[in-house]
Amino acid sequence: MRELEYLRPDSAAAAVAAVADRPGARFLGGGTNLVDHLKLGVASPELLVDISRLPLTDVEAYDGPDGSWLRIGTNVRNSDLAAHPVVRSRFPAVARALLAGASGQLRNQATTGGNLLQRTRCVYFQDVTTPCNKRDPGSGCSALEGYGRYNAILGASPECVTTHPSDLAVALTAMDAVVVVLGPEGERRVPIEELYRLPGDRPELDTVLAPSDLVTAVELPSAAANEHATYTKVRDRASFAFALVSVAASLDLAGGVVQDVRLAWGGVAHKPWRARRAEAALRDRPFDEDALRAAIDEELADATTTDQTASKVPMVRNATTMTLLRLAEEAAR
Amino acid sequence: MDAQLSLTVDGTVHSLTVDTRTTLLDALRERLGVISPKKGCDHGQCGSCTVLLDGRRHLTCLALAVAYDGAEIVTADGLAADGLHPVQQAFLDQDGYQCGYCTPGQVCSAVGMLDELKEGHPSHVTEDLVGEIEPSEVEVRERMSGNLCRCGAYPGILAAVCEAARG
Repeated sequence: MRELEYLRPDSAAAAVAAVADRPGARFLGGGTNLVDHLKLGVASPELLVDISRLPLTDVEAYDGPDGSWLRIGTNVRNSDLAAHPVVRSRFPAVARALLAGASGQLRNQATTGGNLLQRTRCVYFQDVTTPCNKRDPGSGCSALEGYGRYNAILGASPECVTTHPSDLAVALTAMDAVVVVLGPEGERRVPIEELYRLPGDRPELDTVLAPSDLVTAVELPSAAANEHATYTKVRDRASFAFALVSVAASLDLAGGVVQDVRLAWGGVAHKPWRARRAEAALRDRPFDEDALRAAIDEELADATTTDQTASKVPMVRNATTMTLLRLAEEAAR
Repeated sequence: MDAQLSLTVDGTVHSLTVDTRTTLLDALRERLGVISPKKGCDHGQCGSCTVLLDGRRHLTCLALAVAYDGAEIVTADGLAADGLHPVQQAFLDQDGYQCGYCTPGQVCSAVGMLDELKEGHPSHVTEDLVGEIEPSEVEVRERMSGNLCRCGAYPGILAAVCEAARG
């Protein structure tokens, strides 16, 4: 591990300035991913700017010109957010997604912003002895020919076939969350769908953020649909494993007709995949299983698979069907 | 780069200078001689380095010591300062270990987990996110999934933690 300078500024603005001033500087939050990357040699920053003690720890409701929002400070720990009464009652998919991730210890350490900016667990990205375009641009992609069970089936490029590892990000994508970012030029609000990118020919970039952009908060819009929501995760073990596929879904039915539906998938692409084609096919139509399966297949029309990822297609189709049927059943009660 | 920090470990205040790359686990074990937290995987996957940090269960391998200046740490050793902690006694009663290497981490994790249960925190297997939570075997299994035991003493560990949960 290379020599490491450490700084703990007393404001978010000072932290942003410190990273902007220094190529090779990185923010340090809960450290559950970055400290591992220091050990693995995946990341080798010269300077760590520790933001973990900044008082960005409130969870508070506020009314804006565009409705009511729940604002979550970036340093709210994953366990605290999952246990928050408002999140549990009004954003159950968010609580479910958090609780489906990592372990009790890790959730106590990991922060909200850090969870969103964690990096892929592709085995080749984490192994510095192998080529990886995300870690070392231009070196090649080992996952194309190698171990590929966790590879993407949507939106991949010849340069990178990995998937995004966050459960929380999938739920936030279905909820239309907004990420509040403080950069050297000031604050801006980025809809979460615009935060993440597909790999294209720049797989080293997970998001549209610059190194000196600090996520200071995440905002969730109040919406009826967000209360009738859940998160389903399919994985190799019952606990403490990354998703093969996952589904965040919300459903608002009236008289058996879909008023609103939100659908996002994890484990299928370089970013959380908002299934807008399937949503459009379902909205304002009578809800039944045949219509549901047809809508999901529309979304999956462009899926590309290998022998190792072919199973993800029926997996995501069935997990989505099961999840929405369950939400419809709950709504009928 | 070196950094100065202060850590309270099992009631004793320590001042030390560490290289900024030092993990909290290495600071405890190699610098302070506190060897109750164990180095298993060193990547946050096995839980054997778990301590209670400012009252909550916390890994010490995925933590840089410099970021925890001023922290209050209790290890499995410190839990026994005034006689065995009820969780430790339950591990003895229920044969909750074989080689014992993962046990200090299991014990600290169980103590932190039981506090989370008492505060009503839900888990992945909790059916009603806003209802009362029973400390069932299913709940305990899920909540202890961050602690591995290579001997496979899980039946004893589960029985011990359930005994402690019943009080």
